[in-house]
Amino acid sequence: MELHDLPKPKDLMNIDLNRPPEKGWMDTPTQFRDGTYSYPAAPKNLKALGLANPRQWSPADEDWKLPENWQEIIMQGMKERLEKYRSFRLFMDICVRCGACADKCHFFIGSGDPKNMPVLRAELIRSVYRRDFTLLGKMLGRLGGGRELTLDVLKEWFYYFFQCTECRRCSVFCPYGIDTAEVTMIGRELLNLVGLNINWVIEPVANCFRTGNHLGIPPHGLVDMWQFMVDDIEDLTGVKVNLPINKKGAEILFVTPSGDYFADPGTYTCMGYLMLFHELGLDYTWSTYASEGGNFGLFTSHEMIKRLNAKIYAEAKRLGVKWIIGGECGHMWRVMHQYMETMNGPADFLEEPVSPITGTKFENAKQTKMVHITEFTSDLIKNGKLKLDPSRNNKYVTTFHDSCNPARAAGLLEEPRYVIRNVTNNFYEMPENTIREQTYCCGGGAGLGNDENIDMRMRGAFPRASALRHVRDKHKVNHLLCMCAIDRATLSALTEYWAPDVSVGGIHELVANALIMEGENDRTLDLRGEPFAEVEEDE
Amino acid sequence: MPTLEIEGRSFDVDEDGFLQDPDLWNEEVAHLFAKTEGIDAMTEEHWKVVHYLRNYYLEFNIAPMIRKVCKDTGFKLKKIYELFPSGPAKGACKVAGLPKPTGCV
Repeated sequence: MELHDLPKPKDLMNIDLNRPPEKGWMDTPTQFRDGTYSYPAAPKNLKALGLANPRQWSPADEDWKLPENWQEIIMQGMKERLEKYRSFRLFMDICVRCGACADKCHFFIGSGDPKNMPVLRAELIRSVYRRDFTLLGKMLGRLGGGRELTLDVLKEWFYYFFQCTECRRCSVFCPYGIDTAEVTMIGRELLNLVGLNINWVIEPVANCFRTGNHLGIPPHGLVDMWQFMVDDIEDLTGVKVNLPINKKGAEILFVTPSGDYFADPGTYTCMGYLMLFHELGLDYTWSTYASEGGNFGLFTSHEMIKRLNAKIYAEAKRLGVKWIIGGECGHMWRVMHQYMETMNGPADFLEEPVSPITGTKFENAKQTKMVHITEFTSDLIKNGKLKLDPSRNNKYVTTFHDSCNPARAAGLLEEPRYVIRNVTNNFYEMPENTIREQTYCCGGGAGLGNDENIDMRMRGAFPRASALRHVRDKHKVNHLLCMCAIDRATLSALTEYWAPDVSVGGIHELVANALIMEGENDRTLDLRGEPFAEVEEDE
Repeated sequence: MPTLEIEGRSFDVDEDGFLQDPDLWNEEVAHLFAKTEGIDAMTEEHWKVVHYLRNYYLEFNIAPMIRKVCKDTGFKLKKIYELFPSGPAKGACKVAGLPKPTGCV
């Protein structure tokens, strides 16, 4: 399914929230409607990873070709995880179903489906927990909110745990701090045990395991892409920028999502990194092995997070760098901030990051030894190390979409704004309950940014799009900034559907537009090859 | 696995109709897949794009960046959409027998 197959935006949002469902939620079977679910993982990808039950199947089929003892596998898996992850047991136990989260989910707002209320999404699994793992649940059964894990329940899990983008907006509003994303993560992990997973997650994971990046770009392919950008930069600016690759003994390893190498508009952001690092004379290196910042393992299982993340420290060690800078990636920062050091550390062979340009010590990165590029760049600007001409970005009236993970998982709220305000003259915030910790998801994170799921994606995109349309109408905003490769892809579809006159791009694209480089020619074109100033049309 | 049946031939494809075994590709196969994209006759311009994609894929095991396709073939993106209505990734790559890119794209 594609965007042009969808009804018009106003018809998509024609939802009647006043009509309660005909039956209780336990008696409402799941319907796999076209456009609202993702294709299953291809067997070749499961085989490549050694994951369970590789086979051809479709969620629309009656028979999902499950192992005979699938119930036993799931219940055993649940038991193990309740013992291993105290957070999971806690989140199963402490919800009082107050409903504070109910209307905070972008998928509920856009679909009106009660099972997209975070409380009910978690209840899908909590009901099984209650019946089989609590005394009261065993005694009271359905009266106590417990239910058996039947095939219908399993299908419901698949549908709704792959209809959650793990954005964690709901958890901001939970008085108990229940992290519903972690419930979804465990739900997906359990589904993986019997071979229920989606290809948009598992193929990137398999590619990443094989080549080091989600797109499956081999080393010479990466070199070709980077070289293309270097040539493009020279055409635009007259400056031939450095391209250090796999450079042993470099001070800094740079890691960014592979979407930045391959897909527009991320490629312009990637050119921005190249130009900035060149201008600074930074002693850094790209890597053809640690060639992915993102980690779709996060959308698969804890084990898979660890397997895919391991290459970053391994490559840092092999090359003998001192510390690491990470690019404009979203979920990379949840992995980096919350898992990397305990899973694959300690990185005691690295040094506490210090900017070689300003001398600033990044104390917040003492443990992981990894600094976000907007932390690095905002520090450069604060210390007056960059020559910037923000007027080169004057044709853009910008706003900033906080990506869920940098904002909510890593607290990167001020740094991107500081950079944006210094490289542009026109910046307007979207309404306060749609940004920073309360930011709305793009609608396609956590591996759901595929075409076949486009109906649900555009529903999930609706709250973000509404906030965007507000600033577009009020302040003539025409450019949506973000620092996440999933965003750069999914927001482009969001704007095409909901706000066609708004373009999408990364922050370092605008940094590089504004950056006055030594030896640059009389630059008139931006990184997209378009004039800095739009020619005024005669009235 | 879904199967595409066309003019008496049958191919394993993914859900979106992309050829699964790249080794099966040849010009005749390209003609058949072009029909699924609503392209009745492959012109010299179509072939220029398809051969470029195919050769790049054989060399680098990945589709080229879209901007590189434009630069190296001399066709603007708009022109590529005229030739392949589903665009360079979903249309032209399918005719050239390349797999569909997945991830942050």
